[in-house]
Amino acid sequence: MIRESLEAITGVSIYPIISFVLFFTFFTGMLIWVFRQSKADISEISNLPLHDDQPSK
Amino acid sequence: MGQITIHYDNKIVRNFAWASVIWGIVGMLVGVIIATQLFWPDANMGNQYTTYGRIRPLHTNAVIFAFVGNAIFMGVYYSLQRLLKTRMWSDTLSNINFWGWQLIIVAAAITLPLGITSSKEYAELEWPIDIAIALMWVVFGVNMIMTIIKRREKHMYVAIWFYIATFITVAVLHIVNSFELPIGLFKSYSYYAGVQDALVQWWYGHNAVAFFLTTPYLGLMYYFMPKAANRPVYSYRLSIIHFWSLIFIYIWAGPHHLLYSSLPDWAQSLGVVFSIMLIAPSWGGMINGLLTLRGVWDKVREDPILKMMVVAVTGYGMATFEGPMHSLKTVNALSHFTDWIPAHVHVGTLGWNGMLTFAIMYWIIPRIFNTKLHSVKLANLHFWLSTIGMLFWVIAMYWAGIAQGLMWKQFTPEGNLQYPNFLETVINIVPMYMIRAFGGLIYLVGAIIMAYNLFKTAAQGKLIANEPALVQEVEADHGTANASWHRKLEGKPIAFTIYVTIAILIGGIVEFMPAFLIKSNIPTIAAVKPYTPLELHGRDVYIKEGCVGCHSQMVRPFRSETERYGEYSKAGEFVYDHPFLWGSKRTGPDLHRLGGKYPDSWHYNHMVEPTSMSPGSVMPPYPWLAEQNIDLSLTPKMINAMRTLGVPYAAGYETQANTDLQQQAATITASLKKDGITVGEETEMVALIAYLQRLGMDIKNVK
Repeated sequence: MIRESLEAITGVSIYPIISFVLFFTFFTGMLIWVFRQSKADISEISNLPLHDDQPSK
Repeated sequence: MGQITIHYDNKIVRNFAWASVIWGIVGMLVGVIIATQLFWPDANMGNQYTTYGRIRPLHTNAVIFAFVGNAIFMGVYYSLQRLLKTRMWSDTLSNINFWGWQLIIVAAAITLPLGITSSKEYAELEWPIDIAIALMWVVFGVNMIMTIIKRREKHMYVAIWFYIATFITVAVLHIVNSFELPIGLFKSYSYYAGVQDALVQWWYGHNAVAFFLTTPYLGLMYYFMPKAANRPVYSYRLSIIHFWSLIFIYIWAGPHHLLYSSLPDWAQSLGVVFSIMLIAPSWGGMINGLLTLRGVWDKVREDPILKMMVVAVTGYGMATFEGPMHSLKTVNALSHFTDWIPAHVHVGTLGWNGMLTFAIMYWIIPRIFNTKLHSVKLANLHFWLSTIGMLFWVIAMYWAGIAQGLMWKQFTPEGNLQYPNFLETVINIVPMYMIRAFGGLIYLVGAIIMAYNLFKTAAQGKLIANEPALVQEVEADHGTANASWHRKLEGKPIAFTIYVTIAILIGGIVEFMPAFLIKSNIPTIAAVKPYTPLELHGRDVYIKEGCVGCHSQMVRPFRSETERYGEYSKAGEFVYDHPFLWGSKRTGPDLHRLGGKYPDSWHYNHMVEPTSMSPGSVMPPYPWLAEQNIDLSLTPKMINAMRTLGVPYAAGYETQANTDLQQQAATITASLKKDGITVGEETEMVALIAYLQRLGMDIKNVK
């Protein structure tokens, strides 16, 4: 019953499409960015909790 | 640039730790009491302040916001200072955060047993407390963001991202879900009604689990697990993917709490798809946590802290696999409304939240008191008690949930319900309720042993209230002048915070627009009329007593449910329900088609002594309903409030409402009198009977 009324809302079918586009763009962008990080940086950051009793570099 | 000595604030960490320990024990104790009430109704202790309906929210609020909440602050205040190499920005804000939060908890502990509740799950507290929560949360957030801005470390470690996401999202969730219209200091009505209220509530409920019980704990895991294992996290890249995908996806999955309800199909499907996708980041995080222990598994055998962390992360993995499975419609058809859901929840809370909290406390307390743990043996004992207690708890409830779910749906070869009497399916699982309470008791004993161990540890050491640390002064721009764009982003915590906000809002908005549009698009059913003034009062009694904790008002479109309860629930029937009362658990039967099913006297007798009408019932008696009066002076305010929210009461009706109320009450007392029962017309009992007799009648009358 609600479904019918929802379908009657003008342009409601755009929502799933918007969802997909946003989702796809977001993840592609994020993955590209993550894998372009330099190894040295990553290793330095991941050691932060272990070196927090030493002065920062 | 030289090195300088700064001091970390350990006192605030200690304060939050003790608060978490003490409230945790209180919350778990209430949990054991309500678990006992479910198989032994006498444990309701014969008074209204300790009945199940009122103290079940006390348990959930205590363990979520007091136990876990204080533990979040403990862990964040400890790790944030060290990861950023700076003291918290403002000691005053830290202290306001601490004392304000404890006051909120005390306010909750007083108001909930008094029946002051909004009835929305995990958001039961009334509006003045809601405002206080918002203020305290902002105090926490400002203190955290300013500390990040003032930091002496150029990078923001991934744990801090999780903290920022927690702060932002909980703020958004809390504010949106708490829109309510006050009619007094201790009473308000939800701004939303029916289907819309349900959507908002479960968008909140789902994401409160995500951003109060999950993201802050993931932040803590990414800090304390490397600490305890003394090695960096397995893959920092994976933790970045974990972060962004988790906060982006989680927010979409809320509708999976409303499958087979009156929610549009595409929104249900969206919820399901995103729930399934959530397995990926969740398991990415779990694997990242467990693989951090590669090479130190020999230490896991001896170190209770690592053991607890392993169980915690495994619990996280189990719960985040099970959640998506529950969101499959075929599974949900069986699991929803049964004890399978609390079982799922407790794998997360007893396992993930509880065990990680314990592990972090065993790690922090000896360090800030500059000593060794009083007894590793006791900590090991605690580990075993928690693990075994949790197993008793969840296995019993898996059994109970699945068994009862199957019984509800069982038909005889002739096509009738095999167990037409709901109570029969409850009595069948009562032994499981006993085992569950036993499991909870063991878990509680473990927590008490931990409290003893930690207090002894503190007593043998001395608190380093201001722990000195040598740090490097850094340039004002954190060395980001020539760095990559993301480094610049990390260098600007405010901008980072805004991006996090956008990520969580995208899902929220896409999911929300239809919900808001729906308000004017709900098919109106001509026969559905606003509640009468007496029924409104009765509805408030229903809310006050927490009936929604055990009774749903949502007949799903299954033959097994329409056979048992009657016509399935339609969206248009709830348009005047501020707040909605669909419920999420059926310890008793659904009530949406209760109206007209029994005579008024049945309800009277059933409320005063449930077992007189339903032998073997585990429902507590409510004799005080026949003695306490409703407040007639509130009636005009209630009518006005409802009219403001869109319920079409005629102009000026508030002046006439009490006359109508008294007339309806007189009819009910007359009908009770015929059956030999005398009760005051203005009692809560009469109002409640009026409401119960109204349920589902709008539709029944049409047929």
